[in-house]
Amino acid sequence: MKRRVKFSFPTHLVQEPIIFQLGKDYNVVTNIRRAEVTDVQGWVVMELEGNDDDIDRGLDWVRDRGVRVDPVGGDVVES
Amino acid sequence: MGFATALRCRECGREYPKEPINICEWCFGPLEVVYDHDRMASVVTRERIESGPPTMWRYRDLLPVGDGPVIDLHCGLTPLIKADNLGRELGLQNLYLKNDCVNPTYSFKDRVVTVAATVAKELGFDTLACASTGNLAGAVAAHAAKAGMQAYVFMPADLERVKIVGAAVYGPTVIAVDGSYDEVNRLCSEVADSFGWAFVNINIRPYYAEGSKTLGYEVAEQLGWRAPDHAVVPVASGSLYVKIWKGLNEFRDLGLIDQVQTKMHMAQPLGCSPVVTAYAAGVMDVRPVKPNTIAKSLAIGNPADGYYALKVIKESEGSATAVSDEEVIEGIKLLAETEGIFAETAAGVVVSALRRLAHSGAIGPKELTVAYVTGNGLKTQEVVEEDARPLLVKPTLDSFKEALDRRG
Ligand SMILES: Cc1ncc(COP(=O)(O)O)c(C=O)c1O
Ligand SMILES: [Zn+2]
Repeated sequence: MKRRVKFSFPTHLVQEPIIFQLGKDYNVVTNIRRAEVTDVQGWVVMELEGNDDDIDRGLDWVRDRGVRVDPVGGDVVES
Repeated sequence: MGFATALRCRECGREYPKEPINICEWCFGPLEVVYDHDRMASVVTRERIESGPPTMWRYRDLLPVGDGPVIDLHCGLTPLIKADNLGRELGLQNLYLKNDCVNPTYSFKDRVVTVAATVAKELGFDTLACASTGNLAGAVAAHAAKAGMQAYVFMPADLERVKIVGAAVYGPTVIAVDGSYDEVNRLCSEVADSFGWAFVNINIRPYYAEGSKTLGYEVAEQLGWRAPDHAVVPVASGSLYVKIWKGLNEFRDLGLIDQVQTKMHMAQPLGCSPVVTAYAAGVMDVRPVKPNTIAKSLAIGNPADGYYALKVIKESEGSATAVSDEEVIEGIKLLAETEGIFAETAAGVVVSALRRLAHSGAIGPKELTVAYVTGNGLKTQEVVEEDARPLLVKPTLDSFKEALDRRG
């Protein structure tokens, strides 16, 4: 399965190799498409590929570290 | 063949042919329709528009469709009403209401769907689909009926019965998804990826969204070919707000109006105001929220166009206002009691935001202001139900007089 997500990093995590570890420890292929990183914060838009459970577990770990994870493209359920 | 030539990524600028796609393969940015503006400008005049049909299709040269028939239920060219009573109440002498309650399925969503259905037909689709909690579902189902297309409408399983009826009556397949809001979102994206359907707000979204430009065009034409000083617009995904601004600017670029100095004011309910929050914090990063508001039509926690909406606030020197649920109800009542227009919660949000902008002086008493009323009140009656308290009388004059006295 593929999933498109946006990670938002707070200041203290900007320099951590979180995406690298997500790939390594959870068997998720990370494919970065767009990013903006400054000294104080950063976001990364990417595609994750792997099996659904691995992606879910990996994203739980990422969230636990303090990174915000949002779906890319916004909500599709409208009024 | 129309003047739309391609799709272009709003982030990296890559171009794509006019296909049913909405996201840039390269950077996952949103795609937008590109037009041949020179050829468009050589054709489009005020006279040509004025001699067109009395619907939003009078602007078809500016919409991403070909030359064939359009799927039209007679949408648009809705009344622009001088609101002197409401204006007096708020201290505004030059206030207008754009009343989109009177569209074919009673909300502005007919504008986006009439374009989406037409493009879907042109692209060879036989099925129209959407994920909706109300307005969009009705618009999609009705246009599919008119077009002789199949319709699939996905709704959260806990939706009120009356909202389901408003779509089901047109004969679509209604799918009630028993899951969280996020799960419904995920399922619909997956369905859009794997079924060959025209999902109006997913793979057809670039075309669909263009329909909202007509709410900029119409107001400018109805004001006698000029842009207003202020526009007050409800925001959910942010698309409508961004496209009204785009529409006004296209009119100026085509020489149809002189200038655009419109301040674009957006309005959200406090219980779902991610864009207002970002604006207030001075950041361009919109943080998704979990909606909690009676203004269900504006309850989009992760707005697709939030970032672009923030850019429009800046560009237009506009503002962003969030109002409480109590104010939403006050706004609905104020609009009904002063202007005789029963609108839904989105308009309650707009009218209350307008009141704040007038009181704070952000909108001056003489400035030409347009407030957008985007959906019909019969759709969200439950929020004002408590105020419907008839005087109960016996069928006698005495009882009637007594009741009148009691009312005071
Ligand atoms: C009645 C009404 N007004 C306004 C909006 C806002 O539209 P947008 O999602 O383009 O911001 C919606 C969206 O669902 C709506 O239903
Ligand atoms: Zn791109």
